[in-house]
Amino acid sequence: MIEHLIPILVGTLAAATPLIFAGLGELVAERTGVINLGVEGMMLIGAIAGFAAAADSGGGALAGLPAGAVAGMLAALVFAVLSLSMAANQAACGLALTIFGIGLSAFIGQHYVSFSLPGLQPLDIPGLVDIPVIGKIFFHQDPVTYLALVSFGVVWWVLKKTRLGLVLKAVGEAPDAAHAIGYPVIAIRYGATLFGGAMAGMGGAYLSTVYTPLWVQNMVAGRGWIAIALVVFATWNPTRLVLGAWLFGGVTILQFHAQGLGIALPVQFLAALPYLATVVVLVLISRDKRLLQLNLPASLGKPWMP
Amino acid sequence: MPLLEPRPAPSAPMRLLSPLIAIGLTLLVGSLLFMSLGKDPLEAFRVFFIQPLSSGNGWSELMVKAGPLILIAQGLAIGFRARIYNIGAEGQLIMGALAGGGVAVALDGVDAWWVLPLMVVAGAIGGALWGAVPALLKTRFNAEETLTTLMLAYVATFTLSYMVNGPWRDPEGMNFPQSIMFGDPALFAPWFEGMRVNASILIAAAASAAFWVFTSRSFLAYQLTVGGLAPAAARYAGFSAKGTVWVSLILSGLTAGIAGVGEVAGPVGQLNLNISPGYGFAAIIVAYLGRLNAIGIVLAGLLMALLYLGGEAAQVALQLPAAITGLFQGMLLFFLLGSDVFVDYRLRPRPKPVFA
Repeated sequence: MIEHLIPILVGTLAAATPLIFAGLGELVAERTGVINLGVEGMMLIGAIAGFAAAADSGGGALAGLPAGAVAGMLAALVFAVLSLSMAANQAACGLALTIFGIGLSAFIGQHYVSFSLPGLQPLDIPGLVDIPVIGKIFFHQDPVTYLALVSFGVVWWVLKKTRLGLVLKAVGEAPDAAHAIGYPVIAIRYGATLFGGAMAGMGGAYLSTVYTPLWVQNMVAGRGWIAIALVVFATWNPTRLVLGAWLFGGVTILQFHAQGLGIALPVQFLAALPYLATVVVLVLISRDKRLLQLNLPASLGKPWMP
Repeated sequence: MPLLEPRPAPSAPMRLLSPLIAIGLTLLVGSLLFMSLGKDPLEAFRVFFIQPLSSGNGWSELMVKAGPLILIAQGLAIGFRARIYNIGAEGQLIMGALAGGGVAVALDGVDAWWVLPLMVVAGAIGGALWGAVPALLKTRFNAEETLTTLMLAYVATFTLSYMVNGPWRDPEGMNFPQSIMFGDPALFAPWFEGMRVNASILIAAAASAAFWVFTSRSFLAYQLTVGGLAPAAARYAGFSAKGTVWVSLILSGLTAGIAGVGEVAGPVGQLNLNISPGYGFAAIIVAYLGRLNAIGIVLAGLLMALLYLGGEAAQVALQLPAAITGLFQGMLLFFLLGSDVFVDYRLRPRPKPVFA
């Protein structure tokens, strides 16, 4: 059993990486009151931009990830102009961004269908990798997976320990009050939304340049939506978000290990599991209305103009 | 200083103009895109919008594609009016197709007039049930329908894949993931030799008429809208917010399910993995572009169908990727949302300098 479990846990961390990036970005945006349902679209745009940059420059994933982040940020900018500067309905704008991202990435991706990239080698953390079991799972991963955990640390620290975090949360809880004491609400929301776009773009670029590493049309396959659900599941708390991402990473890769584990279920059922799990998790968390209301940023999704 | 200020009242002319502005802007950006790809924009628009309609078959194809788009969008609009965002119509379409197609597979060889109507009923029930699941999750457990409807769309895709790879796979289909080809009793008969248009568009037409009457004449539709816009007011007046959720999701699931049967019993003729080119998602745009109004949706559905046809034609004639249709759909929705802002807001006039 244990010899099956270690590869599953190793794979879980990598599978969780795009969810951690995208989820953290969305979490920060939502903390300032902006709900962006375009995560799936931004991830796809990041995925194709990252892949194109990696393939065309010959720089591989190192070129792909920054390109993905920039592309995701540009996509988020379109959303921000419409929903923040022009106060259009956030849910509809996010949906439009997703539909647009699916179309744009498929359009650009047509040229890259038969390419493949080298990916990234695992980077052993000296010393720690020799710890039995734990070392293999946590310290024998590709560098981007470490980066995802570092960004978790940064987001956690900023939200919990810094003045910036306080301002971000104030804008999400009470934009009128934040405005009254002189904080530029719209500019702060722009910042958080663009950060969300960059993170989603990175997550997408990780999928196309490190995880797969191929371009396949619509390859994000709902992970953007799962990331949004994870933010709710995490009740807007970064630590719970990472735990949730690991849970979903595990569910996602279960299908590749089912045979070894002796699970004799149809492959389609296992492939559908992450989506079913998302529904179950949403139901579990949402049924407690008080818990949700307590943590929900008070101005979430409401257009605000000075 | 913000550039926009709220209008005293929403502008009615702007509400009607907005889709036209969005279409215009999409065409404008589209021409820039064509030029950047080294294509003559005029030629591209001829291929996109004129050529598909220059033959009888082209008009037939327009109807074939507009039918499901309009049918689904009519159902979605009822929910959208009440702020119930069902974005998983694609899943409800697939479950409807599976239910209706299942009837066709089970009754293969039965030559009776009632096979096709039974398929339509089964499809309606299949789609409605798949829409009822998120309604239950919303009313009972408070789970967001945007996320659950979409997640269930993925689940529906895998269910379809399982059925055509497993229990319902055609034993003589050389292992392709597809069911048997349906027999004539399980198909909408084409109206004209060599063309695919068939009676299923009458369902879309009837639904459009019914929804027009429903939304403009019935008290229930009024209750639905109030229930979505102002749940507290609705409760005070004795309307049920939960009822709004149920009716919205079941109705939109039902129409999507029937559209699914229309595909498998029409142009596709069997169950396989390509029963819908994203109609369930495109119908969201159709509903908004049509101003959530039954007649507007018919016009918007025809336009969206033309966009699909144009994309196919551009692929053949201009060697452009078919994905360009998706790109145009996304742009159209963006521009629509952008111009819709001016229904409620207007540009703030530059303040006159004041000298003290």
